Amino acid sequence: MTPESQIVWLLAVPLLPLVAWALQVSFGRFLPRQGDWLPTGAMGLSAVIAVWMFIGVLSGHDAGTGTLVSAELANPHTWKFFFSDPALTEGLAGFQAGILYDPLAAALLAMVAVVSFLVHLFSVGYMQGDSRYNIFFANLPLFTFAMLAMLLSDNLLFFFIFWEVMGLCSYLLIGHLSQDKEKPRTEAAWASFKAFMTTRIGDVCLFIGMMMVYDKFGTLSFHGLYAAVADYTANGTHWEGWLTAAGIMMFLGAVGKSAQFPLHVWLPDAMEGPTPVSAMIHAATMVAAGVYLTGRLFLLFSPEAQLVVACIGAFTAIFAATIGITQFDIKKVLAYSTISQLGYMICAIGVGGVAAGLFHVITHAIFKACLFLGSGSVIYGCHHEQDMRKMGGLRKKMPITYLTMLASTLAISGVPFFAGFYSKDAILAKALEKSMVTGDWYWAAPFWLLLAAAAITAFYMFRLIFMTFHGKPRDHGSEHAHESPWTMTVPLIVLGTLAIFGGKFWLTDPMHAISGGDEPWFFQIVDDPTHAEFATIDLHDGHTEAAHDSHELAGHDDHDIAHTAHVRAMFMSIAAAGSGILLACLFYLWGILSAASIANRLGGFYRLVLDKYRFDELYNATVIRGTTVLSGFLCWVDENVIDAFVLNLAKLHRGGASLSGVFDKYVVDGMVTWVGETTVAAGQTLRRLQTGRIQQYVYFTLAGALALAAVSLLGIF
Amino acid sequence: MPLSAYLVVSVALFVIGLAMVAARRNLIYVLMGLELILNAANLNFVAFNRENPGDLDGQIAAIFVIILAAAEAAIALAIVLNLNSRIQSIRPDDADTMKD
Repeated sequence: MTPESQIVWLLAVPLLPLVAWALQVSFGRFLPRQGDWLPTGAMGLSAVIAVWMFIGVLSGHDAGTGTLVSAELANPHTWKFFFSDPALTEGLAGFQAGILYDPLAAALLAMVAVVSFLVHLFSVGYMQGDSRYNIFFANLPLFTFAMLAMLLSDNLLFFFIFWEVMGLCSYLLIGHLSQDKEKPRTEAAWASFKAFMTTRIGDVCLFIGMMMVYDKFGTLSFHGLYAAVADYTANGTHWEGWLTAAGIMMFLGAVGKSAQFPLHVWLPDAMEGPTPVSAMIHAATMVAAGVYLTGRLFLLFSPEAQLVVACIGAFTAIFAATIGITQFDIKKVLAYSTISQLGYMICAIGVGGVAAGLFHVITHAIFKACLFLGSGSVIYGCHHEQDMRKMGGLRKKMPITYLTMLASTLAISGVPFFAGFYSKDAILAKALEKSMVTGDWYWAAPFWLLLAAAAITAFYMFRLIFMTFHGKPRDHGSEHAHESPWTMTVPLIVLGTLAIFGGKFWLTDPMHAISGGDEPWFFQIVDDPTHAEFATIDLHDGHTEAAHDSHELAGHDDHDIAHTAHVRAMFMSIAAAGSGILLACLFYLWGILSAASIANRLGGFYRLVLDKYRFDELYNATVIRGTTVLSGFLCWVDENVIDAFVLNLAKLHRGGASLSGVFDKYVVDGMVTWVGETTVAAGQTLRRLQTGRIQQYVYFTLAGALALAAVSLLGIF
Repeated sequence: MPLSAYLVVSVALFVIGLAMVAARRNLIYVLMGLELILNAANLNFVAFNRENPGDLDGQIAAIFVIILAAAEAAIALAIVLNLNSRIQSIRPDDADTMKD
């Protein structure tokens, strides 16, 4: 395939959903079936292209040596934009935008396109009868467009733009039911508002971070930044404070989008959105964008920033997992599970396992999408009941849903040979390796936290399965449950199958890798040469080897450590998963232990966890209250200082104006009216002489004549 | 006859005419007063012409005045008739619409 045709095909992947959106939003309600087939079909086409392109990437991979030999992909094309003319863009320092299609983007592009297509298909069944069906099918492809375009962006600016479009779509889709024509849900409106505002905090931080690096390096393209940072840190691996700060700021964008502590509060509430939306946006794709961003920017993170990333990820993983145990809403359990798993991925990147983290993104997207769609199928089957306490015994009534969800649960719990096992194992191995290489206690913490989180994950996921599918129906809805139509079961079957075999597909030979062979191909293609070079530096906490051979030697040691770590981590993770599953069986399947009595014994702590550690209340009391108080104060300042100033100024003006008015009235007007009035008065006086009596005039004339005669005769003058 | 005799008659005529014009309450009498005044003037013209017996300037002026008086009387009587038909009165005091 020539580079040019490759670009055209690549552009088709995001543009097909965009066209579908444009058509659907304009004519959707006039089309048959309200046009649901249009975006679904476009997404299907787009998914086929993405997978086909991905296979093209795979076929460039030589299985024998385990290296990627495709020349085209070794040098990702930069598609110059029409405004890249240097003369025109002097102010923008020759800003260029392009497509970055490296193996990482290829894998995620295929994953997102396929999951999105399956969710579109699922929505055809699930959203049937919704009052805003056509709008739903307009927002869904717009989101997919933004996500696919974001994956193909080769620079942070375009990345950020599509990132924001995704935020908007997330807002629209969470709030979908708030505009329902029959029974609008206020909670959905609040949830969408909360999600938008919370992620906004992260987005602003991301933008500040972007501006910081642009200010120093004058570029926002990923590869430009890698090169700039490499130059910057080449002599003596000195990481300056501002670079750490910029890295953390950009990471905060991912914290917001991927719902990491402390900005995790929006994701559980986002479950107010329809279930397909939760599956696609809030489990498989959008929230993974934060992980993708962290992975892309890994080379920009100083060791301190990496520690922050690892700690936030690990803490979120265990923190969200504990909340997951206590929840009863099936979607809330999955939401906290998502937060926890995202913490895994973030932590993996923090400890240097970019490939491990992104590998988990892909496997997680598959099994979490399957779990969410399965929960959607359960909710649909139980007539929109979400409380697990009212379910139970659905195993026989919804066999397809049960089996696919069980497969995904085994995958997420890390049971060997399911997809999640490989990725989770890779993350744990990376974390352990990091702690062994550095030997610092604070690098050991992430590994133990993740391991505990793995056990808890297995526990609460099996709790979900047992409460929902096993035992006896506990409510009217679950007694009359029925299996969902084919549009909903087909995506489940596809995703469930991928959850079983997906992991093996990625790692063709996991045992070989563990026993000291080559890295699996996914790790090799994602950790491209430049990546590996920097990763070595990071591994040594910022000390570069002075000479080339010592680097080789150290690399050899590292390899041994990695091998040991991998084997240990694998057994520990299997033990964690097994103990979690066993506990879940004790509590919820066999009923040997009672969850209620344990909860009673824990008392206050249990209620704290049940209330999600009261973070919503904390934020209400601090941030939201603080903002309200601040705005109250600003309002007061506005009213009493600014308004008062303006009002007094106005009063002053009015005083001046009234003075001038008095002058006008009594002096200028006075003169004019005086002239007028005098004239009138004179006329009034003189008109008495005009009696109209002719004979009187004759008398006057006579008198005048006599007077004249007298004057002339007597010689007075 | 001395000139003063003529003048005495003329003055008498003038004063009677003037009194009629000023005092009478009937426009017809007022017009008659005016005729007396004109005739007093005519008498003066003729009387003073005695000083220049060679020419007839005084007499001619008197004849002019008589013609003028005839014309004036015609017009004035027409006005009086009109006034009477308009306000049903020929008292000069009643014709005061221009007062306001």
